[in-house]
Amino acid sequence: MVTQNNGVAASVTHTQPLWLLAEITYRCPLHCAFCYNPTDYDKHTQNELSTEQWMNVLRDARKLGALQLGISGGEPLLRDDIEEIVVEAKKLGYYSNLITSGVGLTEKRIQAFKEGGLDHIQLSMHDITEEINNFITNTKTFELKKKVAAMIKNHGYPMVLNVVIHRYNIGHIKEILDMAEALGADYLELANTQYYGWSLINRNQLMPTKEQIDHAEKVTNEFREKVGSKMKVFFVVPDYFSDRPKKCMNGWGEVFMIVTANGDVLPCHSARVLPNIEFPNVRDKGLMWAWQDSPAFNRYRGDSWMKEPCRTCPEKEKDLGGCRCQAFLLSGDAESADPVCSLSPNHPIIEKAIEDAKNPTLQAQPILFRNDKNSKKILSGEAKDLIKDFHAVP
Amino acid sequence: MTILHTDIFKIASHHRFQWEEAQQSHVILFPEGMVKLNGSAGEVLSLVDGKNSVDIIVTTLKQKFKDVKDLETDILSMIKFAHDKAWIEKIN
Repeated sequence: MVTQNNGVAASVTHTQPLWLLAEITYRCPLHCAFCYNPTDYDKHTQNELSTEQWMNVLRDARKLGALQLGISGGEPLLRDDIEEIVVEAKKLGYYSNLITSGVGLTEKRIQAFKEGGLDHIQLSMHDITEEINNFITNTKTFELKKKVAAMIKNHGYPMVLNVVIHRYNIGHIKEILDMAEALGADYLELANTQYYGWSLINRNQLMPTKEQIDHAEKVTNEFREKVGSKMKVFFVVPDYFSDRPKKCMNGWGEVFMIVTANGDVLPCHSARVLPNIEFPNVRDKGLMWAWQDSPAFNRYRGDSWMKEPCRTCPEKEKDLGGCRCQAFLLSGDAESADPVCSLSPNHPIIEKAIEDAKNPTLQAQPILFRNDKNSKKILSGEAKDLIKDFHAVP
Repeated sequence: MTILHTDIFKIASHHRFQWEEAQQSHVILFPEGMVKLNGSAGEVLSLVDGKNSVDIIVTTLKQKFKDVKDLETDILSMIKFAHDKAWIEKIN
């Protein structure tokens, strides 16, 4: 049985990309401080794949075995060909999901998606207060999101809400859960911020304390008991606060494949930060080569790349040494154990990060919001002070 | 919930059940997840169509797999499992 997110043990006998995530554009009307998108996204906004190229990606990935399709971004609704893509996805037999901020979703478009066979829409929400929603996204989108939630429900879609959790909203977990119930949510994902891309730069400003997370989890568990099976609530525990790393992407090149706006094919969202790996592009040798034969996808399959303490660790099958990107971003060595692991010699980096996030001076530093201007600053080296502690140099 | 022979189930809303050529198995797809089914689970759920009663499902599979022992118990526990997982909904 191969399962995701529902708590049943997974076993994969041979690798097929079951999930295809189409990061169809990096353009976005929101400017979220916790965005995991690459900080150098600005260079990928002028060379997006065409509609026809996306159609080919969908067909080729389906042949490889992909069946869950996420249409994401940036904000996918900034492209006007999502309707066509949805129709093709349905024809090919995908279970398709539009991952959206809701900005740009109109009655006309949602109707076209429904008729075209889009299976569900995952809407991001940020807080129950207009103030925090508008602050953390750096936009005025609070009222709009409530309207869009109603629109999704009215069209007979399951209500799938995703709320990224950070210091500014973790104190409102109870209210967020109540809001989800009031909106008729069928699924709610409380995704504690993971620190990649923009959220890594803003880590000191975003990271809650262990006590806050424990409290949020307790409140969530109480809520689960109250609502029973009518709403599925996922609480994604942040890895910085656990002793062992996550089994990132369920293994490198095991079940996930991401195609980015400009056609790069990646085993995870942030893989392009890794040095000395040339990722394949769909414009070159196609998806099958990318998945099966490219050096990039084979780089961290299996465990022969591991160093100590992972190589001889009895738990290595459980987490595969954690996240290669996190290992590199924090320690500078992509093949080392994920510093989240308490057995990693680099674990003090995590302990320091947790301490830093309690430091009022660091907390009070300005947030670098995800926008084109700031991405250009990072690309030009103007913001290098902000990224000097991380090996996230574009 | 106890499964009765008169019960009729359908694949739950927002779920899709389909044969996957690449996996050589049936799968259930739903928001944020998927489950690859083993052969016998696939056989049972193929008959869960909103029309067949549990009795019909049991009879049909007994005819198809004459040599299998305890088939009825397996079918009933599979249906219960699928219902507990909310992959299927009772409609009568």
